[in-house]
Amino acid sequence: MKGFALGQYYPADSVIHRLDPRMKVIAAILYIVASFLCKNFFAFVLLVVSALFLTLVSKIPLKILLRSIRALIFIMIFTAVINIFWFTEPDAEPLLAWKFIKIYRGGLFNALFILVRILAMVIGTSIFLTYTTSPIALTDAIEHLLRPLAKIKVPVHEFAMMMTIALRFIPTIVEETDKIMSAQKARGADFTTGSLMSRAKALIPVIIPLFASAFRRAGELATAMECRCYHGGEGRTKLRILRYHVRDFVALFVIFLFVGGIIAINIFGAKYGWVYTM
Amino acid sequence: MPLIDIKNLSYAYREEEGEPISVLKGIDLSINEGEYVVILGHNGSGKSTLAKLMNMVVDDYEFAQGQILVDGIDVLSEEITDDDVLNLRKTVGMVFQNPDNQLVATIVEEDVAFGPENLGIPHPELRERVDRALETVGMSRYAHHEPHRLSGGQKQRVAIAGIIAMMPRVMIFDESTAMLDPIGRREVIETLEMLNREKGITVISITHYMDEAARADRVIVLDDGKILLDGTPAEVFAHKEKLRAAGLELPQCTALCYELMAKGLKLEGPFNTPEQCAEALTRAYRRREG
Repeated sequence: MKGFALGQYYPADSVIHRLDPRMKVIAAILYIVASFLCKNFFAFVLLVVSALFLTLVSKIPLKILLRSIRALIFIMIFTAVINIFWFTEPDAEPLLAWKFIKIYRGGLFNALFILVRILAMVIGTSIFLTYTTSPIALTDAIEHLLRPLAKIKVPVHEFAMMMTIALRFIPTIVEETDKIMSAQKARGADFTTGSLMSRAKALIPVIIPLFASAFRRAGELATAMECRCYHGGEGRTKLRILRYHVRDFVALFVIFLFVGGIIAINIFGAKYGWVYTM
Repeated sequence: MPLIDIKNLSYAYREEEGEPISVLKGIDLSINEGEYVVILGHNGSGKSTLAKLMNMVVDDYEFAQGQILVDGIDVLSEEITDDDVLNLRKTVGMVFQNPDNQLVATIVEEDVAFGPENLGIPHPELRERVDRALETVGMSRYAHHEPHRLSGGQKQRVAIAGIIAMMPRVMIFDESTAMLDPIGRREVIETLEMLNREKGITVISITHYMDEAARADRVIVLDDGKILLDGTPAEVFAHKEKLRAAGLELPQCTALCYELMAKGLKLEGPFNTPEQCAEALTRAYRRREG
């Protein structure tokens, strides 16, 4: 399992990779907000254009980006289909009417909008967060952004520490699972045949030793951390210092421009009564 | 005044029920700054507990008696403060057996920084310490690697760098080579010897490998919670029967030399390491030829 990669981080040299992780968290949130703000056809066009722009700028290969979409394809189609059937327009003629099923023109557009919205959200968050930001940078960013909450006794440092340790131990535990499974296979365990129930049962002799060893590891790690003078977040310094650069503010400006653009299109749309609004 | 001074130390722990089990029974030991000490003993001799007591990482002090002074800090005192504990751990660094279970961060250099970060070392000193520590153990090239991609010996060297970056005066290696392959073992032993010889750090290595003991300045043999032998490797290895009774065997090369002497060959010591053994044999051979 030496090649096991943490998260979906795709190393490349792009503007988005180089942005400060805190700025990327903020950008991702703004992007989601923007996709929810879209109210008419032209706003959605802008959303699609922005998603294409992000893909180009981030230098993430389309094949890899499609992987994160594939995972959500069922949810996207399901919501779209529900929307087609759910939509009713009281004073419009349905495109198709069969028994109780009536499909309206507005319903089709609605489904398309929802599809585009989910697609844009997935592309936006995965480009800003998972693909261009390493998990550890992301943890750092979240710790920094939530730091004000420490004042009201939210254990922000502890949460970040837990995340770091979890990330550190995922490959170790995966490797160990492999070892235990091989050991059980050598003793005749069968993980691949039988009913779902019997396959789940076959995993018990894997899970129990795995848990036992995870607890032992946790104990040893705690001792080692104590030995290295760990005493909570108080008075701790950090090797990696996050610094905002000019490019971070430029990126923020562009994002605000984009959100502003969507709001402006919404206002125009409402004023001139553009069709296919939702 | 010795750096570590242990007087009449006893320790026991309690299983869930029943009488407490005695682990250490009256240990007297002092270790001076700059020494390279190996503590030998088979499983259950109390050697690991002794090491953990020096760094205050045992779970339960209920049955701890006697005195452990580390650089003037009385470890077993009732009035020990949190600051004292931090100072103690700053003075005495500890490297454990399993390298996987002592690395905290997902990137090598951040793991090395963990200790100094906890001590609140400011920039740019923090950066300097991390770089220097990685250089000392020869792992600078891997500063940005993920620990799980390294070999066992490399991981253990990163763990050592993490302790060095805290600049301790004493380093305890608690069976730090036990889980490594021969190459990893050699890497770690060479590193700890270099730390002792070149950086002047006091090294206490706990092990059951006799060939590691052969290279130390001083060997202490623990058996059943008591000190059985204490001296230079040559002095300790002369007590073959006592060692065997304590569950330890001489290093193979030393045992060979003793066997040859028993057969009548005249050998002059020391022959603790393969190199010394080869020299002693060559001398004997030359004498016969000449």
